[in-house]
Amino acid sequence: MVLVENLEQRYGNDVALRVPRWQVEAAEQWLVTGPSGCGKSTLLHVLAGLLRPSAGRIVAFGQDLTALEPAQADRWRGATVGIVLQTLHLVAHLTVRANLRLAQYLARMPQDDAAIDEALSTLGVADKAARRARELSQGERQRVAIARAVVNGPRLLLADEPTAALDDAAAERSIDLLAGEAARRGATLLVATHDARVKSRFEHRLDLSR
Amino acid sequence: MNLASLSAGYLRARPLQTALSLLLLSLGVATIILLLLVVNQLEERMTRDAQGIDLVVGAKGSPMQIILSGIYQLDVPTGNIPLAAVRALQKNSLVKKVMPLGMGDSWRGYRIVGAGHEYPAHYGATLAAGRLWQAPMEAVLGADVARRTGYGVGGRFVGVHGVGGEGEEHTEFPYTVVGVLARTGTVLDRLVLTPMESVWRVHEHEREEEAEEAKAAGRTQERKSPEPEVTVLLVQYASPLAAATLPREINSQTALQAASPAYETARLFRIAGVGVEALRAFAVVLIAAAALSVFIALYTALEERRYDLAIIRTLGGSPGQLFGMLLGEAAILAAASAAIGLVLGHAFAWALGLWLHAQQQYPVTGAVFLGEEVLVLVAAVGIALLAALPPAWSAYRTDVSQILATG
Repeated sequence: MVLVENLEQRYGNDVALRVPRWQVEAAEQWLVTGPSGCGKSTLLHVLAGLLRPSAGRIVAFGQDLTALEPAQADRWRGATVGIVLQTLHLVAHLTVRANLRLAQYLARMPQDDAAIDEALSTLGVADKAARRARELSQGERQRVAIARAVVNGPRLLLADEPTAALDDAAAERSIDLLAGEAARRGATLLVATHDARVKSRFEHRLDLSR
Repeated sequence: MNLASLSAGYLRARPLQTALSLLLLSLGVATIILLLLVVNQLEERMTRDAQGIDLVVGAKGSPMQIILSGIYQLDVPTGNIPLAAVRALQKNSLVKKVMPLGMGDSWRGYRIVGAGHEYPAHYGATLAAGRLWQAPMEAVLGADVARRTGYGVGGRFVGVHGVGGEGEEHTEFPYTVVGVLARTGTVLDRLVLTPMESVWRVHEHEREEEAEEAKAAGRTQERKSPEPEVTVLLVQYASPLAAATLPREINSQTALQAASPAYETARLFRIAGVGVEALRAFAVVLIAAAALSVFIALYTALEERRYDLAIIRTLGGSPGQLFGMLLGEAAILAAASAAIGLVLGHAFAWALGLWLHAQQQYPVTGAVFLGEEVLVLVAAVGIALLAALPPAWSAYRTDVSQILATG
C-alpha cells in the first residue's frame, strides 16, 4: 500500500503539488486527474523516487521514500516500480528483447528470457522480440512499453498520460492492457491523465485540480 | 545487457560519427608510434655505426658529407686522399687506430669498400660462411647483401663505377666471393668488403685507359700521382687530448678535412629533428581533433538521447551508470583506436622498412616494441576519456523529472 501525508513540492515560491493525505491499498487501480500543470506528473515522479519532495512523507510498500539516499531510491525504483510514459521512449536502436533486458539489467534482476517472453506474449507482441524498437508501429510500441514496465514484476505500476496521443480505440486498448496487466500481477496501478475518455474506467480517483 | 554492451550499442547506432573518431584517433596514434619506431631505430643504428670512431678524415669538403659517406655509407665521398696521410696519422701518438677505407664502386646498389681486416673486427663481425679476404679481387659480403642478391661463397660478380650503381661495369676485374659476414646490425650488413688493393687495381686500370684515350686524342695528359689513394680514414683516439689538437692539425693541411661523428651526428639530428617535430605536431593535432570529435559526438548524443537517459533512470539506473555509459563509449572508442593505431604504426614502419630496404638505405623494422609505445596508448585513451568527462558529467546531472515533464 501507498500512503502520502502532507506532500508538497515547491519550485521557489510556487507550489507545484500539494497532497494533504492519500492512501492507496495494494492492487487498487487509481486515476490521478486534473488539468495540465496541476502536478500529476510531479506526483508520479515523487512516488517513483525520481524526485524528492520539498515536504511531507511517502511510504510505499513499507518503505519511507523520503528516507532513501538517491542511490537507494534508484535501486528501490528498479525493484518496485514500473513506469509507462506518454511518449514511450523505447531505446530505438535496440531490439524489443534488448529493451526488456535493459530493464532487467538496470533493476539488477537476473536477465531472464522466459520472463521477457512471458511479458511480450501476454501483451501480444511475442513475435516482435527480435525487431528493433524503431521498426515498430505505434500500437506495438505501446504494448512493448507496457511489457517493459511489467517485466520485473513491479508492485507499483505508474502510467503518465498513457492515452493522450491515442485515438479512442487505441486509448481504450491501452487502458485495458495496463489494467489487465496490473490485475494479473497484483500490482497497484496509478494512471495520471487529463483524458476524459478513461475516467469512467476507474473506481478510485484523486483529483488534483485546485 | 550491461553498461559496456549498452555503450557499444550506442556507438554502433551512429556508425559515421564513430568511424570518424576512430579514424582520427588511430591515425594520430599510428603516426606517433611510427615516429617513435623510426627515430629510435635510426638513432640506435647510427650510434652503433659510429661506435669507437672519434674522427673521420677525408678530402676537403663538407664535414657532414664526410661523416655520412665515411661512417654510414649514405652520401657520396668528398674525394680521395693520399695514402701518405694514413702513414702520418698512424705515427701520431695521439692516435690509437686508423682504418683506411677505399670507395668508388658498387654492385647492385651495394657499395664495394676497400678495407683492412680491422674494419669488420671493429664492429665485432663474425663470418657466417667462408673466410675473410686474403688477396685482391676477393670479396666478403655483408649479411643483407648476401641475402638480397642470393650470392654466397664462390659467387663471381663485377662492380660498376660509382656508388649509385648506374655506372660503367668493370668487366675485366671480376670479384670472387670468399666469405659472408653474419648479421651485425651495423653498416657492414649492406657493404661488400674487399682488400684496398682491389679498389686500386680497378681504378689504376681506369686511369691508364683515360691516359691512352687522351694520348690518342693528341692531348698531353698530366701524369697522375703514382701513389695509390684512399677515400676516408676512420680514426680512434689514444687519448681524449687528441680531440683538442688533432682535428685542427689535420684541417690545417690543405688536402684534408677532419670531421667529428659526435658533432656532425648531433647536427644531423637537429636538422632532421625539425621534420620529426613537425610530424609529431601533426600527430598531436590529429589526436586533439579526435578528442574534439569524441567530445562533440557525446555532447550531441546527450541532446539526442535525453529521453534514453531519463528512461534508464526510470528503469532503476543510477546517475553513475549514465556517467559510466558515456565514459564507456569513449573508452571503447579509445581502446579500439589505440589497438588499430598500434597495428597501423607498426605496419607503416614495416612498409617504410621495405621501401628503405629496396633503396639499400637504413633498415627500419616494425617488428620491435618500445616501452614508450605503451605510454602513447595510455595517453591516447586518457585524452579520449578526458574529452568524454564533461558530457558524462552532464549525463550524471540529468534532471530526469524535468526531461520527462517536457516530453
